[in-house]
Amino acid sequence: MMDIAAIVESLKAQPGALLPMLHAIQDQLGHVPAAAVPLIATALNRSEAEIHGAIGAYHHFRREPGGGTTLRICRGEACQARGADAVANHARDRLGCDFHQTTADGTITLEPVFCLGLCASGPAVLVDEAGLHAGVTPAGLDALIHAARGQT
Amino acid sequence: MTITVYIPADSAAIAQGADRVAAALTAEAGRRGVAIRLIRNGSRGMFWLEPLVEVVTAAGRIGFGPVAAGDVPALFDADFLNGGGHRLNLGVVDDLPWLCRQDRLTFARVGITDPLSPDDYLAHGGLAGLRAALGADIVQTVIDSGLRGRGGAAFPTGIKWRTTRDAAAAQKYVVCNADEGDSGTFADRLLMEGDPFLLLEGMAIAGLAVGASEGFIYIRSEYPRAFEVMNQAVTIATGLGWLGDDVLGAGRAFRVRVRKGAGSYVCGEETALLESLEGNRPVVRAKPPLPAISGLFGQPTIVNNVVTLATVPVILARGAECYREFGTGRSRGTLALQLAGNVRHGGLMEKAFGLTLAELIDDFGGGTASGRPLRAVQVGGPLGAYLPPSLLDTPLDYEAFAARGATLGHGGVVVFDGGVDMARQARFAMEFCAIESCGKCTPCRIGSTRGVEIIDRIVADKDAGRIALLRELCEVMQGASLCAMGGMTPIPVLSALEHFAEDFQS
Ligand SMILES: Cc1cc2nc3c(=O)[nH]c(=O)nc-3n(C[C@H](O)[C@H](O)[C@H](O)COP(=O)(O)O)c2cc1C
Ligand code: FES
Repeated sequence: MMDIAAIVESLKAQPGALLPMLHAIQDQLGHVPAAAVPLIATALNRSEAEIHGAIGAYHHFRREPGGGTTLRICRGEACQARGADAVANHARDRLGCDFHQTTADGTITLEPVFCLGLCASGPAVLVDEAGLHAGVTPAGLDALIHAARGQT
Repeated sequence: MTITVYIPADSAAIAQGADRVAAALTAEAGRRGVAIRLIRNGSRGMFWLEPLVEVVTAAGRIGFGPVAAGDVPALFDADFLNGGGHRLNLGVVDDLPWLCRQDRLTFARVGITDPLSPDDYLAHGGLAGLRAALGADIVQTVIDSGLRGRGGAAFPTGIKWRTTRDAAAAQKYVVCNADEGDSGTFADRLLMEGDPFLLLEGMAIAGLAVGASEGFIYIRSEYPRAFEVMNQAVTIATGLGWLGDDVLGAGRAFRVRVRKGAGSYVCGEETALLESLEGNRPVVRAKPPLPAISGLFGQPTIVNNVVTLATVPVILARGAECYREFGTGRSRGTLALQLAGNVRHGGLMEKAFGLTLAELIDDFGGGTASGRPLRAVQVGGPLGAYLPPSLLDTPLDYEAFAARGATLGHGGVVVFDGGVDMARQARFAMEFCAIESCGKCTPCRIGSTRGVEIIDRIVADKDAGRIALLRELCEVMQGASLCAMGGMTPIPVLSALEHFAEDFQS
């Protein structure tokens, strides 16, 4: 709780502070817990409903903890044209879960993403916040999954 | 003598292993006792050659690519540091046909310089635009240049700026739209990662032009590297007095803040973007009032795309006349084309308006990556039309595209081969709209969901009778949506129906 309160306090003076706060909280905790909402609402002089409404409008923010690693597979048209559907299907099979879900062992959350700006070299995958991969084949995806589970 | 070697730190290069190549190169040079100076440049925009390693020689910068970390020892054995022969040797990079046939104005420095080196920036003509702007009628120069917004709507930039300049207010804003949500586009990303000071220079000029002292750059969260680089660039530029309380000592203030989006396509729409920046739920605002008069926090605000803003320094430095000389009809200057999808040679190609799609795809792109015949091309992102091979003679200019019911959008060109199922692509367009709609207006929010259902019925029940219903729905969405999200989603759907009718009758 200290964490959230400190983050909210440190950012509340910024113009349009909501988005920076939500990012800082999720970066710190891996998600935006419900307990953050009243703190943010008070600091920004908004209703809790407004804050809930804003959070829900963004695909990036998560209200429940995810898996240890988030695997975002690009679903954009340019990656589709380069075989991304096969990679997406392979991911669902291998992980035993669908998009927006976490594997049974809690290690990986599978998310769709609409374009990573790697559209000439897809299929593209983003691992957590900054691990960019292009030209990902089903076998390449297996390697990313192994790495995420700490296997080699 | 220390030899200078360039390896891009652009996202596309890194995603293809550039960091591993850089590490292998440094290690191998150390092992061999060879002194090299490694610079992480932006990308030249030839993504099929990434990671592209360049070595500075007396003959010019010699390229090697695509290089894998495992190639590094063999490159040293072949004396690549002196331009030695090797199967990956591409010759002088500037002479490659892909590059030397372009008109690189906005992207002139990208891939050439060290993106975060102010010295490099100045040595390659940086700040010439801002310096020229200090004594110029900026708004008139931008109007005269014919520059139109590169984010998609193609509105004349100078006219928008004049509106904001003439609006009386104590506080005005410059907002850079770096949300670049369209699949098949990466020009904004390439520019921010490869020449970030140029964007800042353009924003400072915009601030001077309209009387704004505050700027925001709104970068999508899917671009972690661009966000990082732009933040560093703002810190450096502010430290040098290029930005801040007294821009270049001219007595005018312009400060820039960088903000991160959070995965929402509609946040690229300018009014939803402003709501997002203000910390509200990002829904589209009704227009009027125009953001130019009542924008961020209710103040006069210009919202412009990254490429639009980054082109302004070129116009101020070289003159409006020089810029207008490029292009055709009412499409003046250059367009940053992004060739993507199933294409052999994909990447960024900056060229005067007027090239045809066929020239772009065949001469630059080298055809499909799969080698199978091309079947469809989507231009202008998820809200753009699917064009059949018979329309590839369409010149890349705003009016020619509009005349064919299509749009250039942000310049993304996505190539599909015969494996594509156009009924599926039409369904995807509707599904994407249903996922990304801000929900404020019914035609977009509900219409897109109904659209998915109707297409499913057409395909599953082989019920072509429903095609009339789909067309009717598209008409409602086009006519009654609050913004182009719902208003343009019918474009890919209707173009698929028109040019690829057989896929709906399977
Ligand atoms: C659904 C939707 C998404 C958009 N996404 C973007 C975007 O990602 N980047 C952008 O520059 N413009 C985008 N636009 C266009 C903006 O609303 C606006 O026209 C543009 O930022 C103005 O800048 P410009 O005149 O320099 O093009 C989008 C529009 C709509 C309707
Ligand atoms: S469409 Fe996948 S990276 Fe752009």
